[in-house]
Amino acid sequence: MFVAVLAGFAAALIVPWLHGRVGDRSGWLVALVPLGLTIYLGTQLNGIANGETVGATSEWVPSLGVDLAFHLDGLSLLFALIITSIGTLVIIYGGGYLKGDPLLGRFYAYILIFMGAMLGVVLANNLITLFVFWELTSISSYLLIGFKHDKADSRQSALQALLVTGSGGLALLGGLVLLGHVAGTNTISALAAQGNLIRDDGLYGAILILVLLGAFTKSAQFPFHFWLPGAMAAPTPVSAYLHSATMVKAGIYLLARLQPVLGGTDAWQIALTGVGAATMTMGAFIAWRQTDLKRILAYSTVSALGMLVLLLGMGTEYAVKAAITLLLAHSLYKGALFLVAGSLDHETGTRDVALMGGLWRKMPWTGTAALVVAASMAGIVPLFGFISKEVFYKAAYDAPDAAAVLTGLVVFSSVLLVAAAGLVSLKPFLGTTGRTPQSPHEAPLSMTLGPLLLAGLSVGFGIVPGPVTDYVVKGATQAALNDTSAKVELVLWPGINTVLLLSFLTIIAGLGVYAGRKPLQRRVGWLDAGERIGPARAYRALLDGMLWLADRQTRILQNGYLRVYLITIVTVTTGLVGYTLLAQTDLDGALRSPDVRVYELLIAGVILAATLAVTQAQSRLAAVAALGTVGYGIALLYILFGAPDLAMTQFAIETLTVLLFVLVIYRLPRFGRISSPVVRVRDATIAISAGAMMTLLVLIVTADPARTGLTSYFAENSVTEAKGRNIVNVILVDFRALDTLGEIVVLAVAAAGVYSLLKLRPDREIRNRVSAPRSTVEMNAVSEDRIEDHITELTP
Amino acid sequence: MSIFLLLPVLVPFLTAVVTMLFWHERLIQRRVNVVGGIAFFVAALGLLALVWRDGIQATQIGNWPAPFGITLVADLFSAIMVVMAGLMGLVVAVYSLGSIDERREAFGYYPLLHTLLMGVSGAFLTGDMFNLYVWFEVMLIASFVLMALGGQRDQLEGALKYVTINLLSSALFLTSVGILYSVTGTLNMADLAHQISSGAVDSGLATVLAMMFLVAFGIKAGLFPLFFWLPASYHTPPIAITALFSGLLTKVGVYALVRVFTLIFVQDVDYTHTLLMVIAGLTMVTGVLGAVAQTEVRRLLSFHIISQIGYLLMGLGLFTELALTGVIVFMVHVIIAKSALFLVSGIVRQVAGSYDLKQLGGLYRTNAGLAALFFLPALALAGLPPFSGFWAKLTLVRAGLETEEYAIVAVSLVVSVLTLFSMTKIWAEAFWKDRPGQDEAFQPLLSPQRIALLGPVIVLAALTVILGLGAEPLIDLGTEAAAQLLNPSEYIQAVLGDVA
Repeated sequence: MFVAVLAGFAAALIVPWLHGRVGDRSGWLVALVPLGLTIYLGTQLNGIANGETVGATSEWVPSLGVDLAFHLDGLSLLFALIITSIGTLVIIYGGGYLKGDPLLGRFYAYILIFMGAMLGVVLANNLITLFVFWELTSISSYLLIGFKHDKADSRQSALQALLVTGSGGLALLGGLVLLGHVAGTNTISALAAQGNLIRDDGLYGAILILVLLGAFTKSAQFPFHFWLPGAMAAPTPVSAYLHSATMVKAGIYLLARLQPVLGGTDAWQIALTGVGAATMTMGAFIAWRQTDLKRILAYSTVSALGMLVLLLGMGTEYAVKAAITLLLAHSLYKGALFLVAGSLDHETGTRDVALMGGLWRKMPWTGTAALVVAASMAGIVPLFGFISKEVFYKAAYDAPDAAAVLTGLVVFSSVLLVAAAGLVSLKPFLGTTGRTPQSPHEAPLSMTLGPLLLAGLSVGFGIVPGPVTDYVVKGATQAALNDTSAKVELVLWPGINTVLLLSFLTIIAGLGVYAGRKPLQRRVGWLDAGERIGPARAYRALLDGMLWLADRQTRILQNGYLRVYLITIVTVTTGLVGYTLLAQTDLDGALRSPDVRVYELLIAGVILAATLAVTQAQSRLAAVAALGTVGYGIALLYILFGAPDLAMTQFAIETLTVLLFVLVIYRLPRFGRISSPVVRVRDATIAISAGAMMTLLVLIVTADPARTGLTSYFAENSVTEAKGRNIVNVILVDFRALDTLGEIVVLAVAAAGVYSLLKLRPDREIRNRVSAPRSTVEMNAVSEDRIEDHITELTP
Repeated sequence: MSIFLLLPVLVPFLTAVVTMLFWHERLIQRRVNVVGGIAFFVAALGLLALVWRDGIQATQIGNWPAPFGITLVADLFSAIMVVMAGLMGLVVAVYSLGSIDERREAFGYYPLLHTLLMGVSGAFLTGDMFNLYVWFEVMLIASFVLMALGGQRDQLEGALKYVTINLLSSALFLTSVGILYSVTGTLNMADLAHQISSGAVDSGLATVLAMMFLVAFGIKAGLFPLFFWLPASYHTPPIAITALFSGLLTKVGVYALVRVFTLIFVQDVDYTHTLLMVIAGLTMVTGVLGAVAQTEVRRLLSFHIISQIGYLLMGLGLFTELALTGVIVFMVHVIIAKSALFLVSGIVRQVAGSYDLKQLGGLYRTNAGLAALFFLPALALAGLPPFSGFWAKLTLVRAGLETEEYAIVAVSLVVSVLTLFSMTKIWAEAFWKDRPGQDEAFQPLLSPQRIALLGPVIVLAALTVILGLGAEPLIDLGTEAAAQLLNPSEYIQAVLGDVA
């Protein structure tokens, strides 16, 4: 089973190379991978139908409870078969559709990665492993939707799909982690047994919401459905595969899989039926009013996905059976219709149905397939779509709650979908010849094979529903219900009853809508106003809002002014430390009058006065001199506290600094006051607060005598062990020699750095100048002038 | 005394000295640079292996017993960080061969590079608060000169902001060390931990000091709202330097935060670590929004550094074994992924002539390999499975959910969507869209340069995949390291012997 899941990924690594070697017909060769997998899965049918399951587990990241665990039961098998079989057809089709595209090799690779990921999702038996593959489908979908990467529209749609499903995916991650936490296991097959425990847990609500967000975004439920029509920017085989047959059903799979774990509660039922019904109705209502083939199909897919969620929400045995049946029928007919749409686009050069007509004569194979699968979509006897609609209607009719409302909505949607089915089959293929940009021919075998095979299956499953029921639908239904005793039967002709009558009426009404679509469309045209304030708008607004916020906050925060940065940092320090100081320490000690002598106070006074003088100085020289006084004052304090060597150093440094300043002063621009009084008051407040905070801290700390454990050790061992009489020297060169080494390195680097910075000057026209943006502004143009000033100050 | 503790400091030191001795011999410097890079990496691996096998290692410099002399000490966390420094050192040393211009090489680029590595290594290994300050200074001066080397206008502007704000941090750090010393009478970290945990220091006062260290290290780490120096300067030097800085400098700040807030300041976790979590959230959000607003690749990536620092801090704030495991896994992941992205963008610049998304385009069609080299680490950075970032994120998310800190988990998840968004921005602009208005062909990479540039990037990109597909060993290692962090007694014992 590992081989089955990993085959797609492995093959993806070599197909671009293979394609390069084989050329145009490579699609047939690449399709052998999914075909092989289909055959492998086919061999499992019998065993699974008899209630067996196949599993394989290997440790992956055991410390996080993540195993590479796979589990094949009826539900997984149904999905896996859809994935691999339609995958086979899509790859063959893609080879024809994208013939000659230089990136066809990458197309195969992405499709195979996607297929592998999708198989991983439906086979995974570990919550986190499932999520890993789930996200991989989003990534490969991103690459596939953006396949026509030079079109801005494709890029945007790819991003939109990624963001919507990606956000949902992260909600899902939260939900799955919580689920695993509550259940005490990540193994999916073990969760059902914990169902009651999970549903009674306080976190159930959160888990449900998060998981549903994941499933609804992926399966394009209202109000997240809008990415799906957008994703039609993808090449059509991609739409057929990802956005109709498989990926959008990942959410359905997840709901079906977790139904025994999370289902059966009121919340589950209300959320799923509500959202499902809304999605179904809305999708159908939009679908029949489109003229773009792919958009018709996209919205009808949205509608179908809504139906599936609705059915899973009802949760009765019959409804789950109906969901499985509908899912299978939908994959067959909708996948085929997308492929047909692709062929039409490919051959006629347009996707606008209004321009098409009478194509059946030119494209008989494609046309035949299209008419058959559209009939299945419309639910016409004897196709599989008819059976699925029958069970669907009956499920709605027998719904435990609000049966009348649901049945009404279901019938209403189905009527409109019949009209949509007419639009994609009757309109292009029958009637008078249209005016298409290219004159059409029948599509090549690679592109007719898929639709024809799928049409054949729609017919076959419809006329002889027995085998597919016993081997596929039954197992899947039982697995979704977690009940191997559930009875599952499907028959083509259940006899005359209310449901059949409804079905009949649906088709008549649907054809009526199709025939009278033009006046009807005009009649409801005003509803389009609703779309303008719809979720797609909300998405756009959210994105724009986020971009606006990002821009704004960055301009405010990273504004380019060094002084603002410093002000912020000092304020934060003062606030954080000051608050903690006031809130958490005992201030009594600090406020005790400290034991100071008069001359200490005197020196402190001098330092303070000199500091004040710096801020008030009228010339740079005066300011430097005053700074020097501050330094000398501090050196005096060192002397008073018994550190004459330190004081000597300080004197030397202060003197040198002042001298250096004096030397460079004449190269600096004229001294002037550029700050306003308000700014100065603000700065003074900040400075004084910071100083006050520091003073208070130091007072508190010095209220207790300092601990000097090290000093006595140094004093005792300086001579005896380190053979030196000057303790300070011994500390520097022996006790803490490593510090000194570090400081020497600092000095050496500083010296070398000064040398390099002085010597290595940019030539006026140096080469790498090309790279550097001319502007030196950090964020915005506003600060440019100031910064230029700054720079001129630096490099005269 | 273990030589393995000294080698990660000594090797880059000697490399710096030797390259400096050959100041005028550019070619010799280049060779010594690579040999030194390899030796450093090997020494770091040796240290990690030793600590993994024998537990926490400590050595007293000059044989002065702790807490009187200076102690070098390596627990698993330190050793992992040293290995990451070794990896980054080697990768950047090689990449520099193909990307640093001759003039910079002639003016001490290689000595500075290895001096920086020495400082980083020292900071990871020291067990002494003041000595940590010294290593910070070594890093600061080396990084400042590296940043300004070349003397271009924007470089000088960036470097000026960089050095000013970082000096403020140094001053605060030094003050804090001084006050801490006067309160405890020691500079040895293990001894500090011992004293504060045994109640020798008033708990409230310890918390005040914790705040000071938080700001001092927070500036270095690039936390909100102290990160200004980073976006102001990281886009100005050559990309190899930016990549190195992004891999190591802020991470040293985070390392220091993790060290003091697991070893020393754990007296009032409710107050300090809750605060850390709030800052973490704000850092993530402001960082990623900053990134979203950029259209220049280096600036965009620079803002991302900040955002990712938020994740690291989140794990520290949660303060459980799983969360600290997450910190370590995330650290390893983000160092690799982020440097890979910077280095790839350097190649993009080499090939397409710009860092500006508005001028880039068309690389997807012609340069598939380069596109893949960007795409993989970009996904990893956004935390998508199955790449390295996913496991890091998963660990943190799980740790957050298990401790019922739902708000920070929600923030971290939203931020990862925005991260993905900004990564797709680069992808769509530089790779997918057509190149605007330029018909000139892309610059092909020539052979020797090709290896020097692509080799490191391939290694890093491959690591994001390997650490994703085979995450268990790293998580295992992280779990062990986190256990050591949460149980400081082993550390204290290794440094001080039996104290209690």
